[in-house]
Amino acid sequence: MHMADALLSPAVGGTFWAGTIGTIGYASKRLSARLDDRTVPLMGVLGAFIFTSQMINFTIPGTGSSGHLGGGMILAALLGPHAAFLVMSSVLTVQALFFADGGLLALGCNIWNLGIYPCFVAYPLIYKPLAGDGRSARRVLLASMAGGIVGLQMGAFSVVLQTLLSGKTELPFGTFALMMQPVHLAIGIVEGFVTAGVIGYVRASRPEILDGAASSAPLAAGISLRNVIVGFIALAVVAGGALSWFASAHPDGLERSVEKVTGKGELPGRGHGIPAALKSVQERTAFLPGYGFKPAAGAPKEKKQEIPAWPNVDAGTSLSGLIGGVLVLAVAFGIGWAVRALRGKDAA
Amino acid sequence: MSLEAAYSGIGRLDRLSYRDTVVHRLDPRAKVVATLLFVVVVVSFPKYEVLSLLPFFLFPVLIGALGGIPAGFIAKKVVAVSPFAVFVGIFNPLIDPATVAIAPGVAVSAGWVSFASILVKFALTISAALLLIATTSFPGICRGLRRLGLPALFVSQLLFLYRYLFVLVEEAMRVVRARDMRSFGKGSTGVRVFVRIVGTLFLRTVERAERIYGAMLARGFRGDLPSMRREALRPSDAVFVLAAGGFFALCRFVPVPQRIGSLLQGLAG
Repeated sequence: MHMADALLSPAVGGTFWAGTIGTIGYASKRLSARLDDRTVPLMGVLGAFIFTSQMINFTIPGTGSSGHLGGGMILAALLGPHAAFLVMSSVLTVQALFFADGGLLALGCNIWNLGIYPCFVAYPLIYKPLAGDGRSARRVLLASMAGGIVGLQMGAFSVVLQTLLSGKTELPFGTFALMMQPVHLAIGIVEGFVTAGVIGYVRASRPEILDGAASSAPLAAGISLRNVIVGFIALAVVAGGALSWFASAHPDGLERSVEKVTGKGELPGRGHGIPAALKSVQERTAFLPGYGFKPAAGAPKEKKQEIPAWPNVDAGTSLSGLIGGVLVLAVAFGIGWAVRALRGKDAA
Repeated sequence: MSLEAAYSGIGRLDRLSYRDTVVHRLDPRAKVVATLLFVVVVVSFPKYEVLSLLPFFLFPVLIGALGGIPAGFIAKKVVAVSPFAVFVGIFNPLIDPATVAIAPGVAVSAGWVSFASILVKFALTISAALLLIATTSFPGICRGLRRLGLPALFVSQLLFLYRYLFVLVEEAMRVVRARDMRSFGKGSTGVRVFVRIVGTLFLRTVERAERIYGAMLARGFRGDLPSMRREALRPSDAVFVLAAGGFFALCRFVPVPQRIGSLLQGLAG
């Protein structure tokens, strides 16, 4: 579920980068204020641990497909939200560089989706209250499940929003959300199960690690609540900023996708149909005021307005464009080839 | 991606990043800034733009060629991570059926054009990111990020992660090999086995962290990883960033392929 550069607009990518960098700064500041120098190497090694565990596949029960660990929930339970967020950010950064998971602009979105939701929302609001002191295995399992599911659902929904706000795809909101959310429900359940399993395993064999982690990183309820509020304010600012940009600069993209959800019946991929109940929930919650779901009757008119938005290419200029494009590409790769050939001669 | 393949991929990028070429000698900050600029400019193109993106291939091609990075290696990695972008983009041709002429007599649906635009942007941004790490050592990038103002704690975190990654992955490879031998070639087993593996790995990790911490304390560790290097930006770094920036600006605001094409047509006619 890594977001990709190619699907992002600079405004959306930049906004999430700003939010992510701000949160990294905030978490670093909070953490270094009461940092036990023992935590630094522990965080580093745990980052390597999450990175490594993500590369080990396992079979998801009942499906036969393979899954891997997300890690945000485990880290938050072991280290507390601030340290967990920094570790998660570092893991995603290294993945973005070495595996090109998503790319550099999308890294801001990816840290946001996979770091902020589990660490600053799911952990303090769901995991912590449900798990209590973490001594009851059943409560830990329940808390990990709920936390894992909520964190991943928010992350997946965030991917949908980022993609649609960027307006590079035609995928309608409803279809995309209906594809993303159930898949991530399954992943969230597995994530919760694995988180609880690992915590249970660690508690059985080295209980002092968990107690040590909990005491060296005090996690008073007050602090967590403040994080959450800060998180939500940041989210509101980001969403507001991105939306207002969107509204002014690119009136097509989302409006068009939204219109398509309701306006046209014969969407491929929508064959199964969006349940009416779900649609009415969407309407009631009005997730984007001002981009309300248009009545089907208004759709054809919208479509006519769309046509001029497509740049009118007349065949003459488009032929010269094609010729130029092929030439430019040939020159670019030609230069590369020539440089390689010359360097090869030098080396020999 | 199997563990071994992923591991050897990281290892290969790491080894490439310690070569000594014109590109490798540039300051990490200059390369980070130029690459970010490149990515932002590329994705700033509207969704139906394909032709004007083509000149941008010159940047990754030149970096790769001057840096002596095998093109096939980068291309393979780009293809390997493409599924999500392809999956999301492939709906464009299905949903956006308005037709548009791309050449005299040839018309396709607009969705194919925007899909092609997504693929081109994908290839450009991902190859640029991979080439950044292939031509800049990871500690170098971390130093650059620190100088660019990222918090010291976060940069130490990146450095620690990277340092222990190789150790841990080798440990995990041993565990996974043992699992695969016992699962009779099924490749992977269920979640329960996975939980045990991760639990074991976690305990070994923590034990290792304790030893590392002791060793670091003995060497005077006080919470951060200061670097002795005092790097100043050289003129060549400035020239690189300015040249790259100028090229991006030119290609962003002037439709270079179209201009060249009409020039050629003018000459021919």
